[in-house]
Amino acid sequence: MWTRVSGMVLRYLYLYRRSLARAGEVFFWPIMDLMVWGFLTVYLQRHVVADAVLFLIGGMIFWDVLYRSQQAITLSLSEEIWIKNVINIFIAPISMFELLLSVCLMGVIKAGLATLVLGTMAALFYTFNIFTLGLALVPFLGILLLFGWAVGMITMALILRFGKAAEALVWGIPFLLQPLSAVFYPVDVLPAGFRHFAGAFPSTYVFEGMRHVLQTGNVDVSMMVKALVLNGVWLVIGSAFFGWMLGQVREKGFLSRLGME
Amino acid sequence: MYSLCGLPYYWWTHRAKGEGVSDAPIIDVRNLTKRFGDTTAVDHLSLSADKGEILGLLGPNGAGKTTTIQMMLGLTTPTEGDIRILGMDIKTQRRDILQRSNFSSAYISLPTNLTAWENLNVFGRLYGIKHSKQRIQELLDLFEIPHVINTVTGALSTGQLTRLNLCKAFLNDPDILFLDEPTASLDPDIAEKVRRTLANVQAEKNVTMIYTSHNMREVELVCDRVIFMAKGRIVTQGTPKDVLERAQSNSLEDVFISIARDGELKEPVSEEEDD
Ligand SMILES: Nc1ncnc2c1ncn2[C@@H]1O[C@H](COP(=O)(O)OP(=O)(O)OP(=O)(O)O)[C@@H](O)[C@H]1O
Ligand SMILES: [Mg+2]
Repeated sequence: MWTRVSGMVLRYLYLYRRSLARAGEVFFWPIMDLMVWGFLTVYLQRHVVADAVLFLIGGMIFWDVLYRSQQAITLSLSEEIWIKNVINIFIAPISMFELLLSVCLMGVIKAGLATLVLGTMAALFYTFNIFTLGLALVPFLGILLLFGWAVGMITMALILRFGKAAEALVWGIPFLLQPLSAVFYPVDVLPAGFRHFAGAFPSTYVFEGMRHVLQTGNVDVSMMVKALVLNGVWLVIGSAFFGWMLGQVREKGFLSRLGME
Repeated sequence: MYSLCGLPYYWWTHRAKGEGVSDAPIIDVRNLTKRFGDTTAVDHLSLSADKGEILGLLGPNGAGKTTTIQMMLGLTTPTEGDIRILGMDIKTQRRDILQRSNFSSAYISLPTNLTAWENLNVFGRLYGIKHSKQRIQELLDLFEIPHVINTVTGALSTGQLTRLNLCKAFLNDPDILFLDEPTASLDPDIAEKVRRTLANVQAEKNVTMIYTSHNMREVELVCDRVIFMAKGRIVTQGTPKDVLERAQSNSLEDVFISIARDGELKEPVSEEEDD
């Protein structure tokens, strides 16, 4: 019996040895989880916040928008790769812009549906009415969707270039953003070094902005503008990275292999 | 990188198909080379194909057939050399070329969780086919699989799947069809049906085809002309009859084996070529 068990264990270990990303996964998730919960604990210990529960639910719903948007893009393309359809698509006369636009629209649809369901449920069960955020909802959702597109393009490019080995990374990258984007606690809870990173992500401004609105009832417009500008930068980075990786993939002849490995 | 301007493209795909390219070869490949690190997959290969010609690309595993086709489809960038298809350069007019060509292979697949009709409908849109419903029905009839129209693709047999892939490949009524081992893993009966259908369509539409296969009997039946490759280079080429005569052999299979083992064709010395 132990020979067979060790055989199977070996089979998985071989895989981890081959793929750094997979090995990293073993530590990555627990660490990210610990960071989110750790910072949240620090925050709650420092301040007794009456609105904390609202912040948490709001943070969770908005986080999902970013996550769905990114995943819709990445998953759409990785699915084409796993099912060996990617070549059919790449030899169809569709431009990369059109392809990206299609998957980004999928992101909007998925995130929209998720928000609708979560918003309704939160209103029914947890007396969190997302509409108390009023007009601020529009820039909030917009910024998260757009940032989701940018991150989605980057992760999609990694999948194209590195195939299955990048799979873990692709699931992981949004969760790398989670502790840094101050989803459940304000940015000042983060250590100074992390705060600089946090400021580079448009998502941070949405979560900060949400708490601001819930506390004061006012929208910090300058924050939203800053987030939109940052989004522009990230979208340029994302599409340039995608284009560059695609060039590499064509150079290395990976498209013909992607569907087959 | 990639073009953001869709308008010229729209104009191109919706204009009437011009026949201004009749004298030039449909496919014109010069000095095509592809190196992957230290491996030279394709080595200064030149070939051309005329309208309506079925050109077989043959050779042992790793000869560079697939790489050559991938470069002609713009999936892989050549290290060196030029590819002109329908008079257009693949570097600058890739999408215009793709609009008028298509590809099928036993090694790619359509989404398995969609029905045959859904799949063809999606690709109908990607190729901008008008009256796609009618076109899809015609193609399913042509390949003798009309009954699978509402079957989920994953539930099709290999033979049905191959024919569905071919339906997709014919959707846009291509001028050029690239087929990389289209009949691999088909039983002899279905393989014969597929060949017959391809021959019929070819006769009717005068499609230019680039065809790879490891089945030499099939190649003799299907191809007007063959190119034998080994290590990325052309070893011998001509009509199947020419190749057999030159090799003084009775079967392409023997020619194949001799090329595969020696990496070249040991041509018997003939007076014509010995000048
Ligand atoms: N993306 C790639 N990266 C590195 N090497 C590659 C790549 N694609 C092909 N090769 C190598 O290039 C050579 C030609 O491969 P290719 O797939 O074109 O051969 P083929 O003639 O289609 O063979 P087969 O009959 O097995 O399909 C082989 O040595 C192969 O290992
Ligand atoms: Mg091949």
